[in-house]
Amino acid sequence: MGIRFILMVNKQGQTRLAQYYEWLTLEERRALEGEIVRKCLARNEQQCSFVEHRNYKIVYRRYASLFFLVGVDNDENELAILEFIHLLVETMDRHFGNVCELDIMLHLEKAHFMLEEMVMNGCIVETSKANILTPVQLLEKT
Amino acid sequence: MKEYIIRLVYVEMLGHDASFGYIHAVKMIHDDSLLVKRTGYLAVTLFLNEDHDLIILIVNTIQKDLKSDNYLVVCAALNAVCKLINEETIPAVLPQIVELLAHPKEAVRKKAIMALHRFYQKSPSSVSHLVSNFRKRLCDNDPGVMGATLCPLFDLITNDVNSYKDLVISFVSILKQVAERRLPKAYDYHQMPAPFIQIKLLKILALLGSSDKQASENMYTVVGDIFRKCDSSSNIGNAVLYECICCVSSIYPNPKLLESAADAISRFLKSDSHNLKYMGIDALGRLIKISPEIAEQHQLAVIDCLEDPDDTLKRKTFELLYKMTKSTNVEVIVDRMIDYMNSINDNHYKTEIASRCVELAEQFAPSNQWFIQTMNKVFEHAGDLVNIKVAHNLMRLIAEGFGEDDDTADSQLRSSAVESYLHILGEPKLPSVFLQVICWVLGEYGTADGKYSASYITGKLCDVAEAYSNDETVKAYAVTALMKIYAFEIAAGRKVDMLPECHSLMEEFLASHSTDLQQRAYELQAVIGLDAHAVESILPSDASCEDIEVDKALSFLNDYIQEAIEKGAQPYIPESERTGMLNISNFRNQDHHEASSHGLRFEAYELPKQTVQARIPPASLASTELVPVPEPMYPRESYQTTTVPSVSSDAASTELKLRLDGVQKRWGRQTHFPSTSTSNSTSLKTVNGITQVDGSNTANSRTRETYDSRKQVEISPEKQKLAASLFGGPSKTEKKSATGHKSSKPSSHMVKSHAPKSSMEVASEKTSVQQPPDLLDFGEPTVKSTAPSLDPFKDLEGLLEPTTQVSSAVNHSSTAAVTKSPDIMGLYTETTAGAHHKDSDILSGLSNPPMTNMVGGTTTMQVAQSSKGPNLKDSLEKDALVRQMGVTPSSQNPNLFKDILG
Repeated sequence: MGIRFILMVNKQGQTRLAQYYEWLTLEERRALEGEIVRKCLARNEQQCSFVEHRNYKIVYRRYASLFFLVGVDNDENELAILEFIHLLVETMDRHFGNVCELDIMLHLEKAHFMLEEMVMNGCIVETSKANILTPVQLLEKT
Repeated sequence: MKEYIIRLVYVEMLGHDASFGYIHAVKMIHDDSLLVKRTGYLAVTLFLNEDHDLIILIVNTIQKDLKSDNYLVVCAALNAVCKLINEETIPAVLPQIVELLAHPKEAVRKKAIMALHRFYQKSPSSVSHLVSNFRKRLCDNDPGVMGATLCPLFDLITNDVNSYKDLVISFVSILKQVAERRLPKAYDYHQMPAPFIQIKLLKILALLGSSDKQASENMYTVVGDIFRKCDSSSNIGNAVLYECICCVSSIYPNPKLLESAADAISRFLKSDSHNLKYMGIDALGRLIKISPEIAEQHQLAVIDCLEDPDDTLKRKTFELLYKMTKSTNVEVIVDRMIDYMNSINDNHYKTEIASRCVELAEQFAPSNQWFIQTMNKVFEHAGDLVNIKVAHNLMRLIAEGFGEDDDTADSQLRSSAVESYLHILGEPKLPSVFLQVICWVLGEYGTADGKYSASYITGKLCDVAEAYSNDETVKAYAVTALMKIYAFEIAAGRKVDMLPECHSLMEEFLASHSTDLQQRAYELQAVIGLDAHAVESILPSDASCEDIEVDKALSFLNDYIQEAIEKGAQPYIPESERTGMLNISNFRNQDHHEASSHGLRFEAYELPKQTVQARIPPASLASTELVPVPEPMYPRESYQTTTVPSVSSDAASTELKLRLDGVQKRWGRQTHFPSTSTSNSTSLKTVNGITQVDGSNTANSRTRETYDSRKQVEISPEKQKLAASLFGGPSKTEKKSATGHKSSKPSSHMVKSHAPKSSMEVASEKTSVQQPPDLLDFGEPTVKSTAPSLDPFKDLEGLLEPTTQVSSAVNHSSTAAVTKSPDIMGLYTETTAGAHHKDSDILSGLSNPPMTNMVGGTTTMQVAQSSKGPNLKDSLEKDALVRQMGVTPSSQNPNLFKDILG
């Protein structure tokens, strides 16, 4: 399975993007998001970017006001996930040009399309920015 | 419309229900505009799960879109397939997806592979015939498709390593090409060539090379290359390095690679970044299984991480410590763990760390005293979180001692336990599980050493029962403990005078709503009324761990059976024959005459066919229970069963009904003797419990024996020297030369920074440095006599041994645990599957009264019986006993009552 969910949450704890690779009900999602966001927001810069939560781990990374949180299985390579977050941000950056929280808010579907290209069934399937962005750009033209 | 749907996605994302709009998302996927369609697909995958009612409406559209000429439409549909298709709808899209595997567009091929991967996750059987497609796609000329194919292959290999050994060469050559930058530049990430693909490949190689020397040898070169090429200044380079270490620690060990791995780990640990430290600790935990000595060099770093304020890092370090615990350092580590346990309030992790403490304490306990104290601490702080089994284990250990045949040590242990518990009872609030243990121990051993008077102990027990008046289990334990103490008193010929508070407590319990409590209170009353001799036989002192033999063959019923058979009852038919008989009786429905020509004729009893069919299973089960498997003593019975395999089932069922009546009467009569039947059942339980735990016990005692022998054999000159080299500053150099250079390296390292560290650390350093000599004796006892103890290289050789030894010990206990669990499982699955409460009640009714006579009876028969499959009987007996106690057998722990009554 690998990746269980990807969340983008801002500093106020509002979810900006959520993608789950296993089904959770609305209440479960809300509870989970609340718990982990509280956990991650409480940590400082020096502490490591991994948090154990229940039976899985959360890898998080902060970009300005936006937190990227990825829930992964215990045997996943945390450092690689951390870099995957950065790859996602670089990809969005290339598409939006200087991406910020507002871009994701206003183009939620595009952020999702990119994620759909990169991760399927909880696995990282595509890491080439060109391959990720081609379909998204083609969609824009139609 | 698109905008509205995205708003809906927001609504759900912020935690509000938006189910009213789902249907519009479904409508959107029919839209002609590609963007709208894709958004519609996105919305349905976010809104719906695969079992949602609306999925039916979507499948059709998906099928249509999979055939589309526009590859973007196909991709959108495939995305939805990955999220929304459930087991039942797989066949509807499977053929189309297989076709798409050969699609000219690589994006489509990639998504089709992932769709198949999804199907494999959902139901492996549905795509089992398509596995070869994954292999084929591995050779796809698009690297993206190849990379995606690694995901399903990883899952496949995880489940079945051996079928994919032939792919090792391919994976190695792919990895080689990736590392040599043969892939398009687009896959580079921070100057690393396709790092995510490399990581996935390394993961796969780790699986394939695990304990396979031949496969591993193919990997050594490429893994070595990657070690060299990785740029350790970037995060992603370190991620790949970490994956390499994981791979090296999993495949067949290669000294050169291990060395590079150790280097990488020390770089991680020395880094300032907490992330890298975390990875280093984790990697160390993996590598330590193969080469335990590398931990020595990093002790300081590990201790730093342990002291770190960062919780994640701390936990990871505890995980590492847990892996490297030995008998020499267990005290420090467990103390640390308990301290940490007290400081956190995350129940999930608290449970985990508590169970680890218990496990380590059980495995490596240096002394009984320490063990009891440790367990007390664990229970006190996390009592409600630990498994009830742990408590039962503790009681067992106190009852049986520590496997040494030393009665004085055992009684010392018990009295120290009693003392500590009496002390702890003063605390205001204790967890229920812990109280149960306390009550049991006080009841069993409270008065055993004569230090405390019975009235003092009973007073304490009454206090417990009153203070925790809403916890019935604790009250039950307390009452039983009271009963035991009074029984011991009576048996010892002393006069029993009940305390007034005890009287009032009993009165309360006699009128309790809980039948269990009531029963116990009545039993207590009955016991007090008896004379010394009777009491002694009911509750003998310190008998909780005596083996009581159970007559599983129920041979005491033979007379009864004889009688019944003489009256014309149907003899017992073994289950195997009975199933055949069922078939025949079915057959006979069609051709009555032919079947009835076989065997005895019982047509007079024949019942209408339909009811017979319905009743056969229960009836046949009942007969299993009622009559034992045929024995030579019963020629008649066996004769009948062998010569007449096709006995009329109809007759059997009616006969059985007759028999049930008789039996029920018997049962009814027996219930008048609650005390005998319970004490009886207790003993039976005990036997079961003991046979179950024996395995782990021997495992435990074995490890302990080895430790003991080590302690005796070793006068520990090396230990002293090492300790001296640690603490004796001036004489450091000469000691060093004596112990040899390898072991002195860590020690001198330690001495340097020893002063500023807290004493706690020093202690832990000392203990871990002491390891080599101990391990030497542990692993290779012969070295001691042949080589002088000064040889450091022998030490190092010895280092490799202990891990296997320890792990085998772990295995022992774990297998014991495993053997234990199916027993319990079997118990309940069988009883619930059979589900004939009446029958089992009858059985226990039958078995109880004669059991008292049969104790110590026929062991051989029992053994013979057990080979024939006594499981069902055994479990039904247990079930019945549990039921007898007024508890439904839904409780997962049959041992519960053993402990209360033992």
